[in-house]
Amino acid sequence: MKKSAAARERHDRNPVPVEVAGLSKNYGAQTVLSDISLSIKPNEIFVIMGPSGSGKSVLLRHIAGLEMPTAGTVRIAGLDPSNPETRDRFALALVFQSGALFNSLNVYDNLALYPLEHRLCSKKQIHDRVMHALQILSLEGAAQKFPSELSGGMKKRVSIARALVMEPQLILYDEPTSELDPVMSATIGEIIATLKQEFQVTSIVVSHDRDLTLTIADRVAILMQGKLLTVCTPAELRATKDPVIADFLNPQIDLKNPRYKQLEVTT
Amino acid sequence: MKQLNSILEGIGSAVLMTVRSATMLPAAPRIIRRVVEQAFIGGYTSLPIVSILSFFIGGVLALQAGSSMQDIGTKELIGTLVGESLVRELGPVMVAILVAGRVGSAITAELASMKVYNEIDALVTMNIPPERFLVLPRLLAVLLFMPVLTLIGIVVGWMGGAVVCQYVSFIHLAPEQYFQSLRQYLTVQKMFDGLLKAEIFGFCVVLIACTIGLRTSGGPREIGNSVTRSVVTSLISILVLDYFITRALV
Repeated sequence: MKKSAAARERHDRNPVPVEVAGLSKNYGAQTVLSDISLSIKPNEIFVIMGPSGSGKSVLLRHIAGLEMPTAGTVRIAGLDPSNPETRDRFALALVFQSGALFNSLNVYDNLALYPLEHRLCSKKQIHDRVMHALQILSLEGAAQKFPSELSGGMKKRVSIARALVMEPQLILYDEPTSELDPVMSATIGEIIATLKQEFQVTSIVVSHDRDLTLTIADRVAILMQGKLLTVCTPAELRATKDPVIADFLNPQIDLKNPRYKQLEVTT
Repeated sequence: MKQLNSILEGIGSAVLMTVRSATMLPAAPRIIRRVVEQAFIGGYTSLPIVSILSFFIGGVLALQAGSSMQDIGTKELIGTLVGESLVRELGPVMVAILVAGRVGSAITAELASMKVYNEIDALVTMNIPPERFLVLPRLLAVLLFMPVLTLIGIVVGWMGGAVVCQYVSFIHLAPEQYFQSLRQYLTVQKMFDGLLKAEIFGFCVVLIACTIGLRTSGGPREIGNSVTRSVVTSLISILVLDYFITRALV
């Protein structure tokens, strides 16, 4: 079976480092990311946290090579992620917030699409690979179902399984626990941590789920209004004295002086 | 100025998509299943509506021609008029308009929703070019089914004309006479020209549908806007192209 040139070049399966240097992104007059610099180590679970609209997903899309920066660079093991050859070489996988499963394909075909299109192995091997991924995520019974027949949690798991079939060296997760109940969120957290241990993969997770972050992260970056506030470990984050970060992690409901009224004053 | 920019951008994207899809042609043998699937969705399922429309258009043509030609004593030439009109003009244009409304709108809606719901981004991160996976199968499919659909439409239109000629009392032209005059002036070249027109129209409709679908951005509301834009652009393009192709062929 003929393989793509890039697939033949995929020589090692080691997790990859990611370097973000001076990254800025403007949409017209609006600045979404401002001078972000990060260094993500191989086989690390790196969580990017921040409130809604802080630019987390935009940063992730830059790392995935789906957006071009206004200034600065993103490099995966020294290579540009917007180059298809880089994505092919490291089998970069992105787990979308919505799942982004192909609605016209059933779960099995969604998973088999990548190896089939890239002719990575025989149909028998692809079958084994898909069934193995489904087994890891306890989805064997859903193989013939279509995305419209799946619950939100199952869609996320199928999306992770699809990433797993790619045998990636870098997985990017965009809000993997959004819209999920606490039990399913914990399950997804366990899956992310297990994949890192068993498959030696660098994981970048965008989330505003405090519990998930503090449980699975090796390091955490806090992003607010497009600016990087800090990069620290979960332990350092728990002990932070920074009032903005502390308020973000443990917001208190104050009925006497509600936040929405403060927002009205400031805007 | 902004609108002109947008039109030029659209044309540029369509040209780029054609070129990219053409470079994917060596992958055609691998996508045969998807081509057949798209030909079935676009062509086979359009067959009943093409047949019904063609039958009545042929019938109306015969009726109109009959009422006028009766007066000047040339009703024996109704077959020629219906035959030529359908082959050279009405057949290809009518089928193309139908494909724009039925197939083009469905393609735009599908691709636009894939774009809005990140499925296209998922393809890009998986290094599967949307041009190969989504556009090329649809372009090849339309090239396959368009001449067949047009040919069927033309033949059914002729039949519609024949039925009207035989059963409408003030025309009352025997089918033998009708088909004899139809055959008299019809040539293979005219037939080929009609099918060529249909092929070009079909290709443009699908290209426009794919380009607008894949350029959609924003929320679900934009999907509806894209579908409207796709159908309107296709209809205008069909009629404009029709003039220039006809000019080149006559």
